[in-house]
Amino acid sequence: MPKLIKDKAIADNSWLLMEATDAPETVEVPADAVIVPLNVWLARKQELAGRIATLGVWLNSDQFADQLGEEAQQLPLVAVNFPGFMDGRGFSTARLLRERYGFTGELRAVGSIIRDQLFFLQRCGFNSFDLPEGADLEAALNSFSDFSETYQAAVDQPLPLFRRRA
Amino acid sequence: MYQYDEYDHRIIRDRVAQFRGQTERYLAGELKDEEFLPLRLQNGLYIQRLAPMLRINVPYGMLSSTQLRKLAHIARTYDKGYCHITTRQNVQFNWPELEEVPEILAELAEVEMHGIQSSGSCIRNVTSDQFAGIASDEVVDPRPYCEIIRQWSTFHPEFAFLPRKFKIAVTGSDNDRAAVQVHDIGLQVVRSDAGDTGFRVFVGGGLGRTPVIGSLIRDFLPEAHLLSYLEAILRVYNQLGRRDNKYKARIKILVKALGAEAFGAKVEAEFAHLQDGPITLTGEEIGRAQRFFPTLPYQSLDNAADALLQQQAAEAPAFGKWLTRNVGEHRQPGYATVTLSLKPTGVAPGDLTDGQLEAIADLADQYSFGEVRTTHEQNIVLGEVEKSKLFDVWQAARAQGFATPNIGTLNDMICCPGGDFCSLANAKSIPIAESIQRQFDDLDYLYDLGDLDLNISGCMNACGHHHVGHIGILGVDKKGEEFYQIQLGGNAGTDVSLGSVLGPAFGAEEIPSVIQKLVDIYVDKRVEGERFIDTYRRVGVDPFKEKVYAKAD
Repeated sequence: MPKLIKDKAIADNSWLLMEATDAPETVEVPADAVIVPLNVWLARKQELAGRIATLGVWLNSDQFADQLGEEAQQLPLVAVNFPGFMDGRGFSTARLLRERYGFTGELRAVGSIIRDQLFFLQRCGFNSFDLPEGADLEAALNSFSDFSETYQAAVDQPLPLFRRRA
Repeated sequence: MYQYDEYDHRIIRDRVAQFRGQTERYLAGELKDEEFLPLRLQNGLYIQRLAPMLRINVPYGMLSSTQLRKLAHIARTYDKGYCHITTRQNVQFNWPELEEVPEILAELAEVEMHGIQSSGSCIRNVTSDQFAGIASDEVVDPRPYCEIIRQWSTFHPEFAFLPRKFKIAVTGSDNDRAAVQVHDIGLQVVRSDAGDTGFRVFVGGGLGRTPVIGSLIRDFLPEAHLLSYLEAILRVYNQLGRRDNKYKARIKILVKALGAEAFGAKVEAEFAHLQDGPITLTGEEIGRAQRFFPTLPYQSLDNAADALLQQQAAEAPAFGKWLTRNVGEHRQPGYATVTLSLKPTGVAPGDLTDGQLEAIADLADQYSFGEVRTTHEQNIVLGEVEKSKLFDVWQAARAQGFATPNIGTLNDMICCPGGDFCSLANAKSIPIAESIQRQFDDLDYLYDLGDLDLNISGCMNACGHHHVGHIGILGVDKKGEEFYQIQLGGNAGTDVSLGSVLGPAFGAEEIPSVIQKLVDIYVDKRVEGERFIDTYRRVGVDPFKEKVYAKAD
């Protein structure tokens, strides 16, 4: 089974990531645990509600958190795709899902992320990371401790340093 | 000035260790070129025409003598014995070895300096007025707010991969010396009629390929909401800024596309969510930041030294010239500001040797409470000099070569490193600066011309701010040959304006005589008390154009 990083440890990836589709109404959704594109979810919410325990939804970098909104709270998993690692829109998406729309499930970063982004990604609320094939996951775990202190408020630390400074 | 506590030190040390690891992985082939690129840029490391270039932040221009001495040591140990003051108040080294950069950053961390986010598509070093805290026309000292912004923007997890670079400038004076209206965000600290402190917020200004003057989207933002409002602007930009074309990725393009009003509405909608959240500034935090910028332990003086200065100026006319051009008013009686000119003819504008850095450190310790300021015009300011010591300072500065009495004149040009160093440049800019300085080598004539901003950029990225020079010079490439386009009518102050292209470009050798002709027209047309820009605004471009492009008989 493919591996990923979840909650700062290497774990099995039991979810299938469904490809983007132009036919959201008719495309076949596999029965196994699957992460569907946003448009599939939007088109077939009612049908999919019955199997919600094995259903995740992924947002592309140009699809924002408000398109899922508080409905995210029903889902066990939301993924955000990074088409290139320099495309930083997903950082805002993650914070909004966590901080504004109350999503508490697994928030997964997928696509072209690199190890050196893990610290910022987890600060923004991601807790699972499907790194590109070939990435050294064991070594990547070290990046979660790149910094031992931070200035800003974010998902991992809701108070800015100036409210915590001794 | 601001001093790190254990938290700040820890964050910077962690960064040095992180970059050391990234450099090792890169050199071992574990990190691809395209992956290392943004990581090194976010530490200020470029790969330039001849060698790497390392840009070190000088937060809002403040430097201590300890930091100056460390920069001197780095110039001597890791570089060729000099550094360069940039047009954003930062310091650049042109010749470091990639392998040694982690070590340089470790040394800088010891004196509370770093290259974090001095490049790359992220929030850059915040800039300010070089006379912050000492200007007689200042309303509020902007530096505490600059420091609060520095900390908020350093490793902001959400905004490390923006569509493009992002520059914030803050002024605390009605007389804007920080060019806030040509920044991605420009802030003017103001006081309301009720005595509350807040900000006028400009967005979407900038130079570069598409120069734009910023739009005012908030007339009064209470100080407590500074960070939530900035976060709202950045979030809107991070989500909606273009990422398909790097030439259209700056926030100014987004603001233009949406219209300033619609953009402002989006910011306000986002701000409504963030307002009064945990990043709302507390009175304690603002007070903490302000305590780092106290009124210095000045002597209780009146302006009795003015008579002495007059006498000294009469006896030594060269000192008198320097007083006129390089010395400015201070809010504290008996004190003055001194601008050390880094523009002597024949030296690349803004360049300093290791020995000069140390000499400035000594001057700072002896005469200016151990602090100096870098300026976006690429000079250095001793901010706190007793008037009775000005003659001593002048003599010491003269011995080191930075008492050239040309501040604010045509010869005090802003100039990017250009084609001699920069891999983006279309043309050289340093030799153009020198050829103009040689053309205008008569100081009395230069003084007669008065305040004249001449800005030179070696390409349309506009690091030399040519759009806001009274006279702007832009290096262009025409079929492999270097040419120079002239713009007139720009201005960086409160009455900001962008220059207009005069006409067809010139070869390098023609530039001194072209500038001479422009100046001749000014002298011919000016009325009493008018600066070049005033005359230009009154008479328009035509007389200048006619003179410069007149057919030889």
